[in-house]
Amino acid sequence: MIVGLDVGGTHTDVVVLQGKEIVRKVKVLTDEEDLLKTVCFGVFQAIQGLEVKSIERVVVSTTLATNAIVQEKIEPVGVLVASGPGINPWAYVIGDHYYPVRGAIDHRGIELASINDSEILEIGKELSYKNIHNLALVSKFSVRNPSLEFKMRDLLADNFQSVTLGHKLSGHLNFGRRIATAYLNAAVTQISRKFYNAAKGCIEKEGIQVPLEILKADGGTMAQEVTEQYAVETILSGPAASVMGTLTFADRTKEEVVLDIGGTTTDIAILVDGVPLLKPLGIRMGGFNTLVRGLRTFSLGVGGDSWVRLEGGELKVGPERKGRALAYGGPEPTPTDALVALGLGQGGQKQRAIEGIRRLAERMGESLEEAAEKVVSKTCALILETVNALVERVNQQPVYTIHELLKGRQINPSGLIVIGGPAKELAPRLESMSGWQARVPPNYDVANAIGAAIARTTCEVTVLANTNRRHVIAPEEGYVDTIDWRATKKEVIRIAFDLLRKKALRLGAHEENLEMELLEDNEFRMVQGFYPVGRNIRVRAQVKPGLIYPYSEAGA
Amino acid sequence: MKAKRKTGLVLFPAFDWAISETHPEREERLLYTQDQIFEEGILDIEGLLEFNPSLASTKEVGRVHFCVPKAESVVTESHYISAGGCITVAEAVLEGKVDCGFALVRPPGHHAMRVVHGARGFCNINNEAIMIEQMRQVHGVDRVAIVDTDCHHGDGTQNIYWHDPDTLFISMHQDGNTLYPGSGFPREMGGPNALGTTVNIPLPPRTSEEGFLYVMDRVVLPILEEFKPEIIINSAGQDNHYSDPITAMNFCAQGYAKLTDKLKPHIAVLEGGYSIEGALPYVNVGIILALAGIDYSWVREPDYDPEEVEQTEEVRGSIIRTCDFLFEEREKCGQKREKYLEGKEFVERSKTVFYDTDNIIEEQKEVIRVCRECAGVLKIDSYADTKNHLLGIRIPRKSCKTCQEIGRKWFEEGNVARFNLVCLQDGVNDEYYVKRK
Repeated sequence: MIVGLDVGGTHTDVVVLQGKEIVRKVKVLTDEEDLLKTVCFGVFQAIQGLEVKSIERVVVSTTLATNAIVQEKIEPVGVLVASGPGINPWAYVIGDHYYPVRGAIDHRGIELASINDSEILEIGKELSYKNIHNLALVSKFSVRNPSLEFKMRDLLADNFQSVTLGHKLSGHLNFGRRIATAYLNAAVTQISRKFYNAAKGCIEKEGIQVPLEILKADGGTMAQEVTEQYAVETILSGPAASVMGTLTFADRTKEEVVLDIGGTTTDIAILVDGVPLLKPLGIRMGGFNTLVRGLRTFSLGVGGDSWVRLEGGELKVGPERKGRALAYGGPEPTPTDALVALGLGQGGQKQRAIEGIRRLAERMGESLEEAAEKVVSKTCALILETVNALVERVNQQPVYTIHELLKGRQINPSGLIVIGGPAKELAPRLESMSGWQARVPPNYDVANAIGAAIARTTCEVTVLANTNRRHVIAPEEGYVDTIDWRATKKEVIRIAFDLLRKKALRLGAHEENLEMELLEDNEFRMVQGFYPVGRNIRVRAQVKPGLIYPYSEAGA
Repeated sequence: MKAKRKTGLVLFPAFDWAISETHPEREERLLYTQDQIFEEGILDIEGLLEFNPSLASTKEVGRVHFCVPKAESVVTESHYISAGGCITVAEAVLEGKVDCGFALVRPPGHHAMRVVHGARGFCNINNEAIMIEQMRQVHGVDRVAIVDTDCHHGDGTQNIYWHDPDTLFISMHQDGNTLYPGSGFPREMGGPNALGTTVNIPLPPRTSEEGFLYVMDRVVLPILEEFKPEIIINSAGQDNHYSDPITAMNFCAQGYAKLTDKLKPHIAVLEGGYSIEGALPYVNVGIILALAGIDYSWVREPDYDPEEVEQTEEVRGSIIRTCDFLFEEREKCGQKREKYLEGKEFVERSKTVFYDTDNIIEEQKEVIRVCRECAGVLKIDSYADTKNHLLGIRIPRKSCKTCQEIGRKWFEEGNVARFNLVCLQDGVNDEYYVKRK
């Protein structure tokens, strides 16, 4: 059996799966003030009366880190950045304890200027004096050579409870994002450590002995033991959970769009051959661009509870939400009420919904049905417009080779997978308006918990080789080796897959779920003074976001 | 971080294109620049928009060039993308999506002349000119200035706009006596109908930041002020850098950024620059930040030593004398123009063009009509040792009736038995006509 739990803003969903069967489906209220209680209670409720020994896997997706960041309940962090020449390092200032320091690495990974030990020690003392226990240490180009970050760590680590090194979080180039990512990671490390240790303790108390896994923003999982190194990766796992929950239902040969229509928002994601698209560099969180791998989801301010009104004679839906739908005791008409008025929605106070829509209809000079129809159409139109804009943006993503520019794959969706409250009622409308087949998966109301339950462990590695300097490195993984001057891209790819496998296993993956692929494989002839001197080879590989076996099989 | 000026960027390093394996114009050229741009997080700056390049069309190429024997034989996909990238940036500026933009594209274009038999100076087609004519024919732009800050004289661009009084072409470059292509002297000031709209400032080897900025203040900015262009374009070659392997100047990343800040071009277009590890990453970041109006004071090369590249008294003196001489010569433009108007209706000039990249020699004879009302109809008789013989006729965009009639007559009379290719660029109707054997 597998347990999946997803903490939402109001409800927390839990499912227990046995093969393809859902043996339990539980909804408990989320207590924002005590998420631990929510998680423990949710798991407890779900496994009541089940054979705990046959539980093989527990995955939770929480809002812990997201809430901490958004509500600014994070811990203070000392941020030390060695920028060297380039953009003024004060442009990246983050948090209240930010220190640009001496030291520089260039794009080749050559250390141009070392750090100044006494400067670092001085800052360390100052931070200790200010009672700051978390550090984020970042240098420009540390993903080419992490030496400065290590030197700073060696000088300071003893006096701090958590130290985040920028190069450990991502192999991508982007100094500003590296700083922000390291900062956020350091800021939520201790909160996460405490929380997940406690959560682990509480499921153990229920007799569950399997490792606890945590869902990340890219729709993959990681083992609880490593969460404290990569705490920031657990942000925004909620939208990812829902998308993953639709994958068993996705067409693996087509491009499709997932719509998760909630009360306030609709989250949109794109699937290509059954695999969700990721953000190119990383997601945005709390106003910061990060290097956190995450699904390319877009949140539109239109949902079942969006405020419906006339503005200057024009019908408007959202992005504001005034409360729940009239049918459920809310103050203003909503798309949900329009569905009820059309006889489509179930439950609630039908009469309140009809009255609300009728008042709107009178001002529009139309019949109740016409007005309700217009509200529903408008809602669907807004969603589809955004889908088209998102697809357009994905298709215009910058490319850097002639081949990609002329022959690159273009996304052309042929289907919609609709989940969330009003999914069933809106799907036919979305289908007729878009011309794309719209499907609603069974158990769409707990797709999020299902997604958490069956998501596989994911990760990424970047490997760089320079045959002139005869070295191959993967700084994220602490990997440095020599390489033959005749080495080819093929060898570097082999190294990358090898490192990726090791990393995935360390993060809790099982061998049968290692669906690996190349994200990037470039090879450049290097020339100095008109003579070829070697090759610069760059390989990036990932374990694709997807489902664990056997759910990953077609037709599962 | 937020840009003061919204800035568009086409970053197209063409990682799958090279002239040849070890040629400076190879796949690796913008690799480290891209690394630096990515690492600095330039693409995350608010108000900095990245666009994919479009492809220029043969029609757009035909507005500028006579491709011999035809476009497909001298223009490849990479060239269409490079020129298309410039058009993408230009259109983003004209449509108001951005205030300015930078086309970081390769291959370069500023050595490509009106007639193209092949590649010279690593260039096949002139990216800036194709972009400018698109802005004119489609978007109604008229007066344009090009400031070429590549270390090599922009002889291709000069050639294309030699007779155009609506295009101001200013080039500052290493003295042609010491560097390819060997042209670009102060007395080269434009054809009979466009005297003074070509400006050349040859600089002595080892000119450094001081010299470049002096020329900006003393020559470039005042002449721009006088010309009042609607659009300013910077042919932003980066081979004036002290570390460039094929030139002898002492310019630096800070200097490039300051120059860009003074010039405030609407569109910058990458040209040459082959110090791909030591200069380009820093120069390009400097240019982008300066365009966007972001603090660039921290941008410098890791090995930059101001004392090492300081300008000598001798270099300083030489630059001042060149500028003095340039202004003396410019004084004479009015008189020269009068002389032309009093003289013959048609003026001829002949020259030999060497295509160093493709090893082709072209003999050219050009006839321009001295005209009081327009830029004057132009006829080019071009014979190359590839045995291709072109008669190219150009009716300028704002041509007078007489020049149009003459141009059409020349085209009709063009004998395909003698020339294997007769072409007409009709700028008035934006059409390109070809006659072949």
